[in-house]
Amino acid sequence: MAQQRVVLTFQRWQLDQPITYRLVKDFDLVTNILQAKVTPDEGRMSLELSGLEQNIEQGIKWLKEQQVIVYPLATGLSVEKDSCVDCGACTAVCPTGALELNRDWTLAYEEDKCILCLACVPACPVRAIRERE
Amino acid sequence: MKTCEEINEKIRKGQAVVLTAEEVVALGREKGVKHVAETVDVVTTGTFGPMCSSGAFLNFGHSDPPIKMQKVWINDVPVFAGLAAVDAYIGATELSEKVGFDYGGGHLIEDLIAGKTVTLRAVSYGTDCYPRREIETEISLESINQAFLFNPRNAYQNYNIAVNSSDRALNTYMGILLPNFGNATYSTSGELSPLLNDPLYRTIGIGTKIFLGGAQGFVAWEGTQHNPKQARGDNGLPLAPAGTLSLIGDMKSMSTRYIRGAYYYKYGISLFVGVGIPIPVLDEEMARFVCTGNDEIFATAVDYSVEARAKPSFGRFSYAELRSGRITVNGKEIQTAPLSSLKRAREIAGVLKGWIEDGQFTLTAPVRPLAGDWSFKPLNIVPPKAEAVSS
Repeated sequence: MAQQRVVLTFQRWQLDQPITYRLVKDFDLVTNILQAKVTPDEGRMSLELSGLEQNIEQGIKWLKEQQVIVYPLATGLSVEKDSCVDCGACTAVCPTGALELNRDWTLAYEEDKCILCLACVPACPVRAIRERE
Repeated sequence: MKTCEEINEKIRKGQAVVLTAEEVVALGREKGVKHVAETVDVVTTGTFGPMCSSGAFLNFGHSDPPIKMQKVWINDVPVFAGLAAVDAYIGATELSEKVGFDYGGGHLIEDLIAGKTVTLRAVSYGTDCYPRREIETEISLESINQAFLFNPRNAYQNYNIAVNSSDRALNTYMGILLPNFGNATYSTSGELSPLLNDPLYRTIGIGTKIFLGGAQGFVAWEGTQHNPKQARGDNGLPLAPAGTLSLIGDMKSMSTRYIRGAYYYKYGISLFVGVGIPIPVLDEEMARFVCTGNDEIFATAVDYSVEARAKPSFGRFSYAELRSGRITVNGKEIQTAPLSSLKRAREIAGVLKGWIEDGQFTLTAPVRPLAGDWSFKPLNIVPPKAEAVSS
């Protein structure tokens, strides 16, 4: 039995597709949804897949054929200190306060609070925030 | 009462008392405005925020045979070349024709200041005096003649607080605004902000020498959309966007610490510009202005989800409230976040203070005050008359 954690991103037109059901039914995988968020524009799901290694591989291949964007689940964020200007734009969208400006207005990242929603990644105007695998 | 010249004399002798705009607020609260007027000579301000109305003039020098550059791209970013043969203007918000939002004028300006080599491409129709029709070559800040930042509008005197009442996230120049009043963003350095320390433009005017992008620069003109008639509080400070400055400075002396390209998600490219302006404490009125703290400076919350020029407002909040991290809008407590770096604004005020204390930076009285009677006109849509269009 193998295990893999992935992040799936769906486009608007894919939101009504029973994707996890097909992974279970067609590829004999156990799916554990770690986190899911669906907005009117897109859907994002962090998923743990368990099953035979070749089945996981086939399942991911099938997802990509359905034009679902598949990424390995990150374990945390990295904030590139040389790029970061401590502006605070990322803190505007951080739902848990993992990214915050501290008392002297330096950006601080607290990994324990981070739920890897990745809302901060596009919010950063200097592209200083990345997922860390 | 002091004059700029008297203060400059003290700066030259190393005797001037210089405080940052934050330090002077603390001193004013402790010892009073009168004490500040008597003891402080100069207050240094700073701001480091995204300023879209920025750009740079370049002169490339002439190739052999020469070309009258008609269309020009640098790193695939179109730059304006409707000028003399080898002059051009990079606009900060211009997008790369190859990679779009991934690279633009703001990034190009940053790369040039970083000393990077960039690719210049130009085409022309060819003339008797400029026979070449195309060129592709590498250039750098060092290899070209002039390169100066000339920003039509920087250093906005106050700005909106952006909120979003709709049920979808908005991607704006004020950052990502979460639905249902999910957050509020603001973008001035408050009590550190240059024009909030001289709200009536008594000391900042055309010709004022400033800190621009790590180098010495100048106020060239009042900025575009300069609106001195904006509504003001009893302390003289505007309650919404008011005055602006057009700034100029030599890019060859600037640093990428204080000039940075920026990309706002699904909005576009901008440029972080570091600006610091010294304020001479000429008299008690100027002392009162520089002593005005974040709890006395107010901005207005504006709903960015309304797709019209006039957007509804949701009240006024002080910069002290905004910086606390929470404000209450429409009955809901919401998270606030700045878009301009307060940390770097503070650093700029400190650097400028050091320059003045070292005697290497003296003050300049305005050659002419900023225009005081302008107001902010809308663009009304009027169908063009047929004869106005050339055949």
